[in-house]
Amino acid sequence: MPTETSELETIANREYKWGFVTDIEADSAPPGLNEEIVRFISHKKGEPKWMLDWRLRAYRHWLTMTEPHHWPHLKYDPIDYQNTIYYSAPKPKKKSLDEVDPELLKTYEKLGIPLQEREILAGVAVDAVFDSVSVATTFRSKLAEMGIIFCSFGEAVREHPELVQKYMGSVVPYSDNYFATLNSAVFTDGSFVYIPKGVRCPMELSTYFRINAQNTGQFERTLIVAEEGAYVSYLEGCTAPKRDENQLHAAVVELVAMENATIKYSTVQNWYPGDKDGKGGIYNFVTKRGACRGANAKITWTQVETGSAITWKYPSVILQGDNSVGEFYSVALTHHYQQADTGTKMIHIGKNTRSTIVSKGISAGRGQNTYRGLVKILKNATNSRNYTQCDSLLLGDRCGAHTFPYIEVRNTTSRAEHEASTSKIGEDQLFYCKTRGISLEDAVNMIVNGFCKDVFRELPMEFAVEAQKLLGVSLEGSVG
Amino acid sequence: MTQLEEQTMMNLSNLSRLSRGDGRQRPWIDEVRRGAIERFEKVGFPSVKEEAWRFTNVSPIAQSTFALGEGALTESARQVSEQYGFGIEAAAELVFINGIYQPELSRAGKLGSGVRIGSLEAAIEEDVPEVRQHLTRHARIDGNPFVALNSGFLRDGAFVRIGRGVRVSGPIHLIFVSDAASQSTVSHPRVLIVAGEGSDSQIVESYVGTPGGRYFTNAVTEIVAARDSRIDHCRLQQESLEAFHVATMQVVQDEASNVISQAATLGGKLTRNDLNVILNGEYAESTLNGLVVIGGDQHVDNHTLLHHEKANCPSHELYKYVLDDRATGVFRGKIFVQQDAQKTNAKQNSKSLLLSDDARINAMPALEIYADDVKCTHGSTTGPVDEDMVFYLRTRGVGLDAARHLLTYAFAADITRRIKVVPVRRRLEDFMAAQHGLPQDLRITDLGSHDEAAR
Repeated sequence: MPTETSELETIANREYKWGFVTDIEADSAPPGLNEEIVRFISHKKGEPKWMLDWRLRAYRHWLTMTEPHHWPHLKYDPIDYQNTIYYSAPKPKKKSLDEVDPELLKTYEKLGIPLQEREILAGVAVDAVFDSVSVATTFRSKLAEMGIIFCSFGEAVREHPELVQKYMGSVVPYSDNYFATLNSAVFTDGSFVYIPKGVRCPMELSTYFRINAQNTGQFERTLIVAEEGAYVSYLEGCTAPKRDENQLHAAVVELVAMENATIKYSTVQNWYPGDKDGKGGIYNFVTKRGACRGANAKITWTQVETGSAITWKYPSVILQGDNSVGEFYSVALTHHYQQADTGTKMIHIGKNTRSTIVSKGISAGRGQNTYRGLVKILKNATNSRNYTQCDSLLLGDRCGAHTFPYIEVRNTTSRAEHEASTSKIGEDQLFYCKTRGISLEDAVNMIVNGFCKDVFRELPMEFAVEAQKLLGVSLEGSVG
Repeated sequence: MTQLEEQTMMNLSNLSRLSRGDGRQRPWIDEVRRGAIERFEKVGFPSVKEEAWRFTNVSPIAQSTFALGEGALTESARQVSEQYGFGIEAAAELVFINGIYQPELSRAGKLGSGVRIGSLEAAIEEDVPEVRQHLTRHARIDGNPFVALNSGFLRDGAFVRIGRGVRVSGPIHLIFVSDAASQSTVSHPRVLIVAGEGSDSQIVESYVGTPGGRYFTNAVTEIVAARDSRIDHCRLQQESLEAFHVATMQVVQDEASNVISQAATLGGKLTRNDLNVILNGEYAESTLNGLVVIGGDQHVDNHTLLHHEKANCPSHELYKYVLDDRATGVFRGKIFVQQDAQKTNAKQNSKSLLLSDDARINAMPALEIYADDVKCTHGSTTGPVDEDMVFYLRTRGVGLDAARHLLTYAFAADITRRIKVVPVRRRLEDFMAAQHGLPQDLRITDLGSHDEAAR
């Protein structure tokens, strides 16, 4: 059906809507990576010695490692680590919102971030990370009354060293993998959240990351600790301005959930994916891992990945506590020359642990979409349960969808189930919509949205709306 | 490492002895052998660091010394071949001892024009065109090192050619007996099956050995299915519980051909099976069914690859594992769909039943798809015997153990009832019944015949 193909092509060929550059003078380190740069970053951030030592340990270990280039289903030119800038911060540091660079505020406005009054209406506390340093942190005092700490990682290092020292690296050790180690050496900023015992965080916490200064790898580090019985829902959303050079992004996110605690971590990632010829775009290598340390703890990862030229990301859960629950809901969309190798790891250690994996991959253009996952049920994890569902939708005959699940079960009382399917949109489905007077474009959108519904349902309200919009950026202008 | 070198030295000395032979062998096969040995020398035995061998450690094979098995007919080997033979139920029955053809124990018979069943060595000597055209051309030495090892020691095995349009009634049974009664032996049996256009045949390969024997069977089978041909292939592995068994089966299917592969692994201490199917013509259909029933310290690793090269090909795959004691199972199944293979309809399913807390399964079902107009699914489940079902049976007065046994039998029957080759199906059903103390005349098979997937 030629009309369909051309329609799908126009849908897939839509320009990246949110590509713009904010002109702020950056205070950057020279490109390149050596011990001096690591010291420079640490000095710039006014860090104590233990933090610098940790960075140096990571850096020295990184030198002994090699980039994993064989197992991911990704093809890209080698990254020049010596041509990357590892530190960049907006120069003027302001105390209140009024002092913030209006240009910056305008950028947020374009992105629809609810800063100022809108944040109250939306009920969202925003810790905006603009490049590397937190510019504005809101709702802090309100949260502080409840004992909740929500601040930039840099502040946490200075003001809550005992907490940072206790938990940083306890889930993702500095030697974990190539990109996590790189992050450990040069991370610039990120968020820190601490929810004390028995506290239910009254609002969705959210951070917007934006890669802005050209040639700057952004290396955030996020640490969320939920003490016994605590609850927190954290949102992370990203859009990036249009650039031609590949930008390296290697983030680390660590979640620690103690007994009866719940952490919900949602991500919408819409960084610059490169143009339709595969030029430019963000290289996104992220290590995200959560540990359910106590009984009945629960960690949920929800992600909508529509951006980046390369996505390498496996949000995982270590289910240590008995009866703990791990969940992973993902929508990954690749079009043009985008490549995504993403999935999750669920490590069942405690008894009666449960995990659910729902992954939806959409490939268009020449996009390559890979689900890679591991479900490991150890011997003592009796009565554990896993359910995995991976569905792929193909739009166009040049794209690819791949599924590489690993399932390991070591006891007889546990069950693991895995289901995967790959197909294109059924012609009969489209035909049916058309007989009902729905245009082809709308029909495709409806079906794609229905395909992703299981995941969108898991997102907090504000995000669900945005996620559908982001999906629309790649597939359609207005999604009903 | 020295062990490996020693091994290679031994291999080489064997090779030179082989290639000296009696001067009757064709020079081209010498070339193939030399190339294969060179290849194996270069890569050596695979290590667990390689992704494809991650869960199967072959160092027990690499560290053992085996004598190259002789084809001498011994009393123990004769007994084994008789025990596993199908008798008159088979259209033809060929026996090989340590990979060498035994005319005295075999019954080839006349099966039709253009049908040739017999020794591969003889076929090489006679320079049968199909042998030169296909032998070692499909199972490539640059992939799996064990294929290189087999090709390096290629001497004898089975050659089966089904002529154009011939329909063979009854199974052709190839029995490979490893005789390790006097010493630890290694054999490298080779099978080449060439099915002519529009032919229809049932071929069974049985791999057995002298009980308790410690030996290593390294088998390679190549199957070439021409247009519109149909092959119903069974592979029964009932090696001794001390044996190592590594096998590669390479299938190439032409347009509208239909190949059904049924692989049952019951024996062996360490087993690795590679099954690669290339669907190289439109409307070719492939069915891969597998059953693994192991216990003790047995280890079985099945790798399957369904390579959809052309459009409109359906493929069905179902592998089932029953693991008891400390047994470990590995399943890696990949469906690969080439860009041109539109309208592919591929289904894969793997199910494992763990009967013991010490048993272990690693399942890796994978899809790699480059065409858009396809329907590909895979599923994988692992779990114990369903307690709800056990409860139901108990409410009907069936004892706890009997209920569990019955359900395990039924789990395996999902595979066995699909097998069309009667003696194979019966042997598997008897094996399952005997393992679980069920009456020998138990036949669940007949109940499930309404299932559309049962073919």
